[in-house]
Amino acid sequence: MRSYSIESSDGSTVPYQDKKRWLWFLSLINPTVPLLGVIGHFLSGDELWLLMPVIVMFAVGPLLDILIGRDENNPPEEVVGQLEEDRYFRVLTYLTVPLHYIVFIACAIWVGTQDLSWWSFITLTVALGFADGFAINTGHELGHKRTNVETWLAKIVLAIPAYGHFWIEHNRGHHRDVSTPEDPASARMGESIYKFARREIPGAFHRAWKLEYERLCRKGEPVWGFKNEILQSYFITIVIQASLIVAFSWIMLPFLIMHNFLSWWVLTSANYIEHYGLLRMKQGNGKYERCQPHHSWNANHLVSNLLLFHLQRHSDHHANPTRRYQSLRHFEDLPQLPIGYYGMYTLAYLPKLWFMVMDKRLLSLPHINFDLSKINIDPDERIRIEEQYGSIHE
Amino acid sequence: MNKYGCPGCGYSYDESIGDDHEGYPPSFLFSDLPEDFVCPACSVRYKEDFVLSSP
Repeated sequence: MRSYSIESSDGSTVPYQDKKRWLWFLSLINPTVPLLGVIGHFLSGDELWLLMPVIVMFAVGPLLDILIGRDENNPPEEVVGQLEEDRYFRVLTYLTVPLHYIVFIACAIWVGTQDLSWWSFITLTVALGFADGFAINTGHELGHKRTNVETWLAKIVLAIPAYGHFWIEHNRGHHRDVSTPEDPASARMGESIYKFARREIPGAFHRAWKLEYERLCRKGEPVWGFKNEILQSYFITIVIQASLIVAFSWIMLPFLIMHNFLSWWVLTSANYIEHYGLLRMKQGNGKYERCQPHHSWNANHLVSNLLLFHLQRHSDHHANPTRRYQSLRHFEDLPQLPIGYYGMYTLAYLPKLWFMVMDKRLLSLPHINFDLSKINIDPDERIRIEEQYGSIHE
Repeated sequence: MNKYGCPGCGYSYDESIGDDHEGYPPSFLFSDLPEDFVCPACSVRYKEDFVLSSP
């Protein structure tokens, strides 16, 4: 195993090994799961195999989080430079990009050529939509980096779910406005995920185009040209998805619409969880305080963190957005989710249960301590929330 | 011409180069950047957080 070195105080060098190094191979599972169903169906002829990917995603993911539990290890700060330079970690994010493409095309061919029953069409499309929601996660990790290779791979992988505007809006919009009422990608207390999605999906689209329009105007470039980084990704989407429709006719329409929407929905689910109710306070100069670690929810569950490139170590990501996934850290006393994202997604889809679990957790955070003025509250729910919880704070 | 660094992520705005991607040409002064300028690399630090790194 590759060893890194730490200079100790007496001048000697202490070796350090990253225990998770090879476990990061698990990050290649997310893109591949739907293909396992197709292969099973191909080999056995039994359509039931096409149910398997959905079960793996919704049941096995959360179950493994519960069974294997948390991992709170951090790399020592002295080796972060060496970790970031280690190309192995980069290769894994690069590899997920062709994997997403292979699986997407293979599933499209399967849907286009096999006479599937309606339920296996739906389960395969749902699984692929979710897997390609994680293509947005790969695009997220890549899109934060400053190298040309990585930003291009981000645009290429985001083309699969037709979400090329994401990294523009995320890097320059969400990171700037996170945990403020102005951010369409930060959920408010009392806001269900279904209400949030109606604000987040169009809000992100609008903000991305506004930011890119402003940048292109500064450069003196036309908005409808190839310098437009949103259009670059959309162009790939159009070529691929139009080719699929030409090749396999009308069945591709419901397939692609469902697939694209579900991928966006996975991203919406992650955004919903990551900053629910958290609020940056306004300073005297009218600007919001800088994003602090307590402005993000975190989960240290090992399996989901390996599958998601440490996305759940979200506080460190927002404090240091250009830091690579392998060096993101856990910190004590930060807002912690009861389970990893996979389990939290299901909880979010059941709003009553979500509010029951998360509202008390939010109110009890040390920096909030039931003070409603320190929470990002849905204006439509403010009166109800104040009546319910307003008297607790002293 | 001065350089101004983001204290969070290491991004540097060099006035002599500007930032072509962001649409700021060479010789575009840091003081002329919009007041709501945020670090183009991390979006965490505001204009006033930037530190003069070389005179």
